[in-house]
Amino acid sequence: MNRCLPCLLSAMLVLAACQREERETRPQSALGSGDQPAAVTALEPGGQRPTSSDNKAGVFEANAFHLSEGKRLFNWFNCSGCHANGGGGMGPALMDQKWLYGSSIESIHATIRDGRPNGMPSFRDTIPDDQIWELAAFVRALSGNAPSSAAPGRDDDMMPHPSENRLPDAATLGKSP
Amino acid sequence: MSRGVWTMCWCTACILLLAGCSGWQSALDPKGPAANELAWLIWFFTALCTVVWLLVMAVLIVPLARRPAPVGDPLVLDAAAERSKMRIVVAALAATALILVGLTLLSYFANRTLAAIGSDAALTIRVTGHQWWWEVRYENDQPNRILTTANEIHIPAGEPVRLVVTSTDVIHSFWVPNLSGKLDVIPGHENVLDLKADKPGVYRGQCAEFCGAQHANMSTFIIAEPRPVFDAWLNDQLRPAAAPVSAEAKTGHDLFLKRPCVMCHKIGGTIAGGTVAPNLTHIASRQTLAAGTLTMSRGNLAAWIANPQGIKPGAHMPVVRLDGDELNAIVAYLEGLK
Ligand code: HEC
Ligand code: HEC
Ligand SMILES: [Cu+2]
Repeated sequence: MNRCLPCLLSAMLVLAACQREERETRPQSALGSGDQPAAVTALEPGGQRPTSSDNKAGVFEANAFHLSEGKRLFNWFNCSGCHANGGGGMGPALMDQKWLYGSSIESIHATIRDGRPNGMPSFRDTIPDDQIWELAAFVRALSGNAPSSAAPGRDDDMMPHPSENRLPDAATLGKSP
Repeated sequence: MSRGVWTMCWCTACILLLAGCSGWQSALDPKGPAANELAWLIWFFTALCTVVWLLVMAVLIVPLARRPAPVGDPLVLDAAAERSKMRIVVAALAATALILVGLTLLSYFANRTLAAIGSDAALTIRVTGHQWWWEVRYENDQPNRILTTANEIHIPAGEPVRLVVTSTDVIHSFWVPNLSGKLDVIPGHENVLDLKADKPGVYRGQCAEFCGAQHANMSTFIIAEPRPVFDAWLNDQLRPAAAPVSAEAKTGHDLFLKRPCVMCHKIGGTIAGGTVAPNLTHIASRQTLAAGTLTMSRGNLAAWIANPQGIKPGAHMPVVRLDGDELNAIVAYLEGLK
């Protein structure tokens, strides 16, 4: 018995490593619907959309699966056509720390869903809500605003920067520790 | 149990085992010159290696079974006996080397035959592996005769065709066992596979390199048809999509173009021009859905569109929220795209 116990314990420890991050691929209707009322005006005080009660953000923000899906969709839905791979083109750069409409995931979600006046189209009907959240989470990762443990580590195309998980952390960038 | 019953059991087991060798996805049931060559090679290798193995076992077992000879004086040298033992060892070594060189030569010449099959192929088909489906493009010098479809590869029977395989994401492997060997499908690199189907038929293929969650549901079908049937099929597929006839299908058409479907899928003759997902211009003319996961039917179409993540979890088609009427309308439209 005495000898079994350490064996059992270490076996349990080893098995604990089998835990994998859940890949939630179906819409999470139990959380917020994502169907917030449309913005009545494009003017938002401080460039920040007042965050609603939608608690989907937390699910998507630091989830490796959703971030990598967002990275794939960024190309599939041709965001790169206007924003390049984050460097900017006809649309603004998304890999810098300048935000026209706020840096929170809720603001970015609103940007993609409702569009913005100076040329950002609305994807309200053409991208399912969960996929908009994935894109928003990835857009934040482009500027180092996602935990490096979850940000995508893979580049399929020529990119202007290393993969997102190797970007410097936006929170500490330029500040001495 | 009596001996008769045992014999019966053995025979049935053997017959069942052998039955696994035939069918629409088996390398041991060759239906074309490339697969023939490979099947012949595997049978020859197996037979020869079995003979060698049996010989080696016999040489091991015979002395074990014999009574050991009395041990003589180890200091007495029997030169003649030593020499004859030496000769046996050298002969065995020479036979091994000869067999290995012989088998190498055989597979070398088999490879040459494989490479020669498609040297005069009139038809080049580009097969691109995606997670987890196959894009199929028929090349042509005239751009308006280039055809893009998915998962089903129609070819003329009795004619060599050249497949150029590549990938956009990870490594896959293209394998239609009845017609040819495996070939890796590598992103950013083109591999060439020549094959020929001797007779008309449907041959199932399967991705043979683990490529992610739905690797098991990534199959393809080669449909070999007589030349006239193939030509008719090709001309049919080159037409733009059929216009919706019923009111319901018309609604479905409009919905398809307003909803996320339009971002990923192409339907020739409409504004839907996505290239990241299977081309749906003639979706209803295909026999299966989602790379062989479902058979084609109205019910399965509806099931797939309502919940692709329930049927093929992880597939790169998201669940799109549609109410019952919208779903029915879209299905009615797609069902008409023959
Ligand atoms: C037709 C070109 C175009 C496409 C396609 C496009 N964008 Fe934009 N995007 C723009 C423009 C232009 C702006 C600036 C809008 C403004 O200043 O009002 C913008 C703004 C943004 C912003 C706000 C940036 C900030 O500083 O606040 C985000 C985030 C964004 N786009 C993400 C996306 C994503 C994700 C996609 C793909 C689903 C996408 N865009 C597709 C042109 C485009
Ligand atoms: C984000 C991109 C995307 C969107 C949006 C999308 N699909 Fe798909 N669709 C795919 C992919 C990828 C596949 C292949 C899945 C597989 O086999 O692994 C597919 C497969 C299919 C198939 C089966 C095709 C075949 O050849 O077997 C049908 C039918 C289909 N989709 C219809 C629709 C409809 C209808 C909509 C809109 C409600 C839609 N899709 C929205 C990406 C998408
Ligand atoms: Cu695979």
